[in-house]
Amino acid sequence: MKKMRVLLVDDEEELVSTMAERLTMRGIDADWVTNCEDAVEKLETRKYDLGVLDVKIPRISGIQLGKRLKEKDPEMKFIFMTGHGSDDDFKAGSAEAGPGYYLVKPVDIEYLIRKMNEILEK
Amino acid sequence: MSLWDKLNIPLGETKEVAPGTSRHLFNYRRIWKSVVLLTGGVSLIPLIFITLVNYGAMQHSIESEFFLRTTRIASNTRRAISFFLTERKAALDFIVHDNSFETLNKKERLSDILKSLQRSFGGGFVDLGVIDSSGFQRNYVGPYSLEGKDYSDQKWFKQVTESGVHISDVFLGFRKAPHLVIAVKGLMPDGFFYVLRAAIGIAPFENLLTKLELSGMGDAFMVNHEGVLQTPSRYHGNVLEKIRLSVPEYTPKTEVLEEKSRDGQDVLIGYRYIDESPFILMIVKKKDELMKPWYSMRLKLIVFLLVSVSIIMTVILGTATYMVKKIRIADEKRVFTLHNIEYSQKMATIGRLAASVAHEINNPLAIINEKAGLIQDLFILKEKYAKDQKLLGLVNSILNSVQRAGTITKRLLSFSRHLDARIETINLKQTIQEVLSFMGKEAELRPIEITVKVPEDIPQFEIDRGKLQQIFLNIINNAFASMNDGGHLDIKAQQEDKNAISITFTDDGCGIPKEDINRIFEPFFTTKTGQGGTGLGLSITYNLVQEIGGKVGVQSELDKGTSFIVHIPINMDEGRNE
Repeated sequence: MKKMRVLLVDDEEELVSTMAERLTMRGIDADWVTNCEDAVEKLETRKYDLGVLDVKIPRISGIQLGKRLKEKDPEMKFIFMTGHGSDDDFKAGSAEAGPGYYLVKPVDIEYLIRKMNEILEK
Repeated sequence: MSLWDKLNIPLGETKEVAPGTSRHLFNYRRIWKSVVLLTGGVSLIPLIFITLVNYGAMQHSIESEFFLRTTRIASNTRRAISFFLTERKAALDFIVHDNSFETLNKKERLSDILKSLQRSFGGGFVDLGVIDSSGFQRNYVGPYSLEGKDYSDQKWFKQVTESGVHISDVFLGFRKAPHLVIAVKGLMPDGFFYVLRAAIGIAPFENLLTKLELSGMGDAFMVNHEGVLQTPSRYHGNVLEKIRLSVPEYTPKTEVLEEKSRDGQDVLIGYRYIDESPFILMIVKKKDELMKPWYSMRLKLIVFLLVSVSIIMTVILGTATYMVKKIRIADEKRVFTLHNIEYSQKMATIGRLAASVAHEINNPLAIINEKAGLIQDLFILKEKYAKDQKLLGLVNSILNSVQRAGTITKRLLSFSRHLDARIETINLKQTIQEVLSFMGKEAELRPIEITVKVPEDIPQFEIDRGKLQQIFLNIINNAFASMNDGGHLDIKAQQEDKNAISITFTDDGCGIPKEDINRIFEPFFTTKTGQGGTGLGLSITYNLVQEIGGKVGVQSELDKGTSFIVHIPINMDEGRNE
């Protein structure tokens, strides 16, 4: 099977780098950036299957970033994460990103991988 | 006892709706008093003033009308009496000039003259006598035998010799009947004189005076200057009796005066001294009788005033009470709304604070989660550590703690969300547990035992979750406050019918006294004055229950406990199968 390519975007470098490392350890090709400009730039050079985006990143919401990345690569799929983990956010996010693509921090790594596989299989 | 207490104005309970310095603005008794005094003063003072002025003017006008009328009658009657006397005096004067002393001494001639006089002048002339200058009655015609009488030492005889004419007081004299005498002096060619003297009965005066129509139990009579009655009177004595009133002072005009009679009655006296005679005409009226029409008018005036005053006061009292009551209710509503807003703002602030704290904590928590996860990954992948259960245990413990902390932050975030009204589908049991989790620590410490019985078949339903949680929280808070340590709280839910569920909160706390039970949902009703109670908790609860379309009831027994029952409508069609 082809290696899954994932781009992680979160302004917390500590979080996003560790997550990328853990995903890499599980055989996933994970890149990470801490802002949206870098994310767009990354997409210029590489193609990703999936983006895992924080809802609250500086200057732009994760959902808007998702839309912008989707314009560049219509095949790309997304999972959103938030620290504002209320059911409301979950609902609002689900409405835009589709059900189940919206996770609350802290996220269990195994659960995240399960979700990533689910989305890509669709 | 103040006016307020006496009237017991139903303004409702006076509640302290404002603290501190602005309290005087909410003194409804004072507002009520000011309104009543001001409007009452403005409307009653002019009314009373005008009525008093009117009263005085009417009384004065009626009194002067009676004065005037009495004066007119006295004046007219005086003219008639004067005319009567002057006429008779002139007749006698004519006789002495027309007849000589000798002729008059003839009996037949004198008798003829008397008859002529009686015929021409009507009643009055009783007899005629001719008296010579020595006072000896030389000739007499009349019903008595008075011929030869000597009048030389009589006062009237002396007066007539001096002034030529005399009108006497009324007296009995030799005739033994009340009469008066008119005497004129006749001169003889030899320079001697004689006197023609006529006795006149008082019947014509009586006729004249009794014919007068006098109002006010009026009485018309004549007195002499000593106050002896010259004609009979109705109420003031008989002829020749002394009058029971004082003799008025001489004036040349007709006068009216007010006097108190000897029996204490106010009388109106019109009088006139009749010129060239010893008589005073008096017309006496009883003031009480005269004023009778005025008294009835006065009574009407007073009744009118009293009725007007009572109508005005009733309207003022009613209006003031109504208005002040309205103001009080409006004030209370306003203050309640302010409290409500303040309360929701406070809750919103707490919620926002909780949300931002939770969010801020969630991020480092996520990092700890990832770092600990990485450590775990590394341990599992490296054989050196994979079998070290202690290290793995430590990492697991960190991850478990992160999970616990995550649960707390999620709860805080969920709480903040209550403040925005939003309809969503909820699970009743879960909602109750969420609320209890806020009280968990207190329940554990005191301790208070809480049992929750929610049947599994209660469906999920759509409701404003924030409001529902607020209602539960307020009722549970109240229950906690009423219970001693070691108390029990039972929360029991049950489906009433297809469209409604009820949740009963039963505590074994202090209970609510009977007299308070109807008032516990009123705003500002509190038994915890001075202990931080605002009296708003249950009233807000009541409002919230109404807002979600439900009902709240209470049953309580003093010292045994209280049950709050919340009935909630549920929408089955949308609530099921979520």
